[in-house]
Amino acid sequence: MSITWYLCVSAIVFCTGVGGVLTRKNPLVVLLSLELMLNAANLALVAFARAHGNQEGQIFALIVMVVAACEVAVGLGLIVALYRRRLPIDVDELRELQG
Amino acid sequence: MAEVTFFFAAIVALAGALGTVVLRNPFYSVLALVCHLLGLAALFLLLRAEFVAAAQVIVYAGAVMVLYVFVVAYVGGQDRPLSPSHGPGMRAIALLFAGALLVEIGIAILGSGLSVLDSEGTGFFPGFGSPAQMGELFLTKFLLIFEIASLLLLVAAVGAVILARRRSGLDDPRELSVADLLRSSESGTLADAERGSLEEAAGPPGR
Repeated sequence: MSITWYLCVSAIVFCTGVGGVLTRKNPLVVLLSLELMLNAANLALVAFARAHGNQEGQIFALIVMVVAACEVAVGLGLIVALYRRRLPIDVDELRELQG
Repeated sequence: MAEVTFFFAAIVALAGALGTVVLRNPFYSVLALVCHLLGLAALFLLLRAEFVAAAQVIVYAGAVMVLYVFVVAYVGGQDRPLSPSHGPGMRAIALLFAGALLVEIGIAILGSGLSVLDSEGTGFFPGFGSPAQMGELFLTKFLLIFEIASLLLLVAAVGAVILARRRSGLDDPRELSVADLLRSSESGTLADAERGSLEEAAGPPGR
């Protein structure tokens, strides 16, 4: 399989994630869609690492996974804090910082 | 054989991604994301990234998704119907934007003209992407990045604990903030710290 196929899968997954972030209102699902986007970037990185026969792209993908894990931990902590304060779990309702 | 595996894994990954975004119940979304991650791990294996695939399955589909499942079970993820303030107009604009982005990335990929993209990749040595190779790179060339990643994980873990710890209300006098922690560490002696804590127990002013 040529590398282009992998990149096309990566692009479709990324745009699916973008659509999820833009349309869904539950912050949990927004975080899941962010995971989709990060994973699409990972797939592109690993595909390019394979294309060039160079392992550094795989290192980059692993670091992206670390950052995604951190983002999940902090994001889920925020959601739990929202829930404990009886705030609505809805990104459209949380607009206090909007000014 | 590689083609069959690729298409099977790609279809699983794409269906998982679509299910994550489309499904109404967040619990099903998490399960769809697990499917997506497993399909992606198969794609990583096809790309000779053994260690990344193993880490994907163990760390992502194992640990991170368990965290998601716990939070969904705790919060009770019910997705309410669309509020009337943002009607289908905004939704259509969002989908249009995502489609435009897909077209743009597609043009960038297909029109790049890189000859390496049409091949199956350049030659690779035995052990490409194996745990031994990854470990060697992490401990020699990318040692600083490795250490920064561990520090980042520590900071995120502490931050998540501070964010999600139990509070009984907004104006709870017993609520401990980061500023209180800093103040108690600034006071020099144990007596100071004890007096400070007694004053706090008596009811701090201004809160």
